[in-house]
Amino acid sequence: MSTTLLHMHTEPQVPLEAETLSPASIAGLSELGIEHLQVMHGNVKAKVGDFFKVTGRGTPDIHIEGDLSRVKMIGAGMAEGRVIIEGNVGMHVGIGMSGGEILVKGDATDWVGPEMSGGRITVFGDAGHMVGGAFRGQSTGITGGEIFIHGNVKNEVGNSMRRGFIAIGGDAGDFTAVSMRAGTIVVMGNTGVRTGAGMVRGTVACFGESQILPSFEYSCRYQPLFLRLYLIRLQEHGFGEKITDKHINGKYDRYSGDAVELNRGEILLFSGQ
Amino acid sequence: MKVMRIKKTEITDTFAEAFGMWGARVVITADTKQWARAAAASMTGFATSVIRCKLEAAVECEVPPEATPDRRPGVSVLLFTMSSKAIAGQLIDRIGQCVMTCPTTAAYNGLESEKTVSVGGKLRFFGDGYQISKLIDGRRMWRIPVMEGEFIVEESFGIQPAVGGGNLIILGTSQRIALRAATAASNAMREVAGVFLPFPQGVVGSGSKVGSRYKSMIASTNDRYCPTLRSISGQETLPENVAAGYEIVVDGLNEEVVKQAMRRGIHAAASRGTLIITAGNYGGELGKYKFHLHDILK
Repeated sequence: MSTTLLHMHTEPQVPLEAETLSPASIAGLSELGIEHLQVMHGNVKAKVGDFFKVTGRGTPDIHIEGDLSRVKMIGAGMAEGRVIIEGNVGMHVGIGMSGGEILVKGDATDWVGPEMSGGRITVFGDAGHMVGGAFRGQSTGITGGEIFIHGNVKNEVGNSMRRGFIAIGGDAGDFTAVSMRAGTIVVMGNTGVRTGAGMVRGTVACFGESQILPSFEYSCRYQPLFLRLYLIRLQEHGFGEKITDKHINGKYDRYSGDAVELNRGEILLFSGQ
Repeated sequence: MKVMRIKKTEITDTFAEAFGMWGARVVITADTKQWARAAAASMTGFATSVIRCKLEAAVECEVPPEATPDRRPGVSVLLFTMSSKAIAGQLIDRIGQCVMTCPTTAAYNGLESEKTVSVGGKLRFFGDGYQISKLIDGRRMWRIPVMEGEFIVEESFGIQPAVGGGNLIILGTSQRIALRAATAASNAMREVAGVFLPFPQGVVGSGSKVGSRYKSMIASTNDRYCPTLRSISGQETLPENVAAGYEIVVDGLNEEVVKQAMRRGIHAAASRGTLIITAGNYGGELGKYKFHLHDILK
């Protein structure tokens, strides 16, 4: 597959809102056409070419190189194609995406995949707060798709998520799955305090330690067959070293909650057996 | 009439007449191979012929753990009905009553098809409101809480047009020789992916013809091939030195796999001392498919 390469030659001094760096926006454009696409450098209108050297015509496959820590909204609204980011990336990567794939070969900052409804985002490093979470003032987080973070994440992963699948290869911060409506979160490390606070439905599975709120009640220790399906899928997506046969075949302690809500959510803690 | 022989076996210049059906494939998994087999055996019970069972079904093959969705031992089951409408009901009934009730099992769709029917989407109501759905890699699964933990069933199962009623009739100089040849043919035919032989061990001891002298019967004994009726029925189909015959019915997901199975079956039976291999048809007036024995051996 041919590729469109964007190489950063000038780092932005303030956050760069680059929602045009998405397969749909650059589709069919020439190198010059892509370089003339608008971005917002702070509150100033700028062009893609002010920051990136473009090689190749607009294709569904985009490679972006450089330190993109201040570049926001890459892959916004994408429905197909693939964006590969060879480095760190800024906030709101994959905002509103409904299909396709984003690969981040570094770290991501806050709000990975807000308003996402489909597709997959993979971050090979760490991520910030609010992975897959709802924007402040909104009632729902992601409504579909998959977010795979190989490293650690900060607070409120999956805040108010309604559907979808989030996997964290390391630790998750406080308030994991807070106000979760449905969906599945797998944390292969530990979670911070108040996991599942206010969750209505949905699943949090945790291999490490997690404090259980008093509004959750112990159900049983069992082998959740459905979790095997998720873990097998994660093994096939690069988590093979963190997910072993003992996790796939092992038993989990099931806690139901949150009793302050519908009480239909669940936290599954790996028992070690 | 052209005479074709394989070794000393005569292959009659005729054709098997087969019908259009609708097929589905269910992959049953369980903690052990034994439980998966038990569920498959229960699910495919009373499913030899649509004539009275309203369904034809059998085990297609065993599936190794590395090839099943949950990496547990599995069994693949094929189920065919005469209409697309009927198949959904059969899947719901048989997965609900025969698989869900069998310890440690789960049921997954094994057929990618544009046309699907809701199965788990209906069985979920057994969960009485406590069921949970999960969307995993684009496939919706239902978790139904049960006494041993949870039963997992996929929401939708693919269905596709299929072929039912491919057949061989194997005639021998003794019942023992004919059965040995039919068994060999059955074993060879069942190795073809996408086909199944709905009768016990794939061999039919009482093949039938369409209709009867009795109004209430839609099928009756195939008197042309009954050795005891040689001098009574007025039919001269059966050569004098034929002492017994068996039919093998083969259903498949498409024409090609049925042909392939029949070809293997003919060769396997011919190597076991069969006198004649022929096939059942209705003059070509009823079935959509015709499998000419000489053609499929070319």
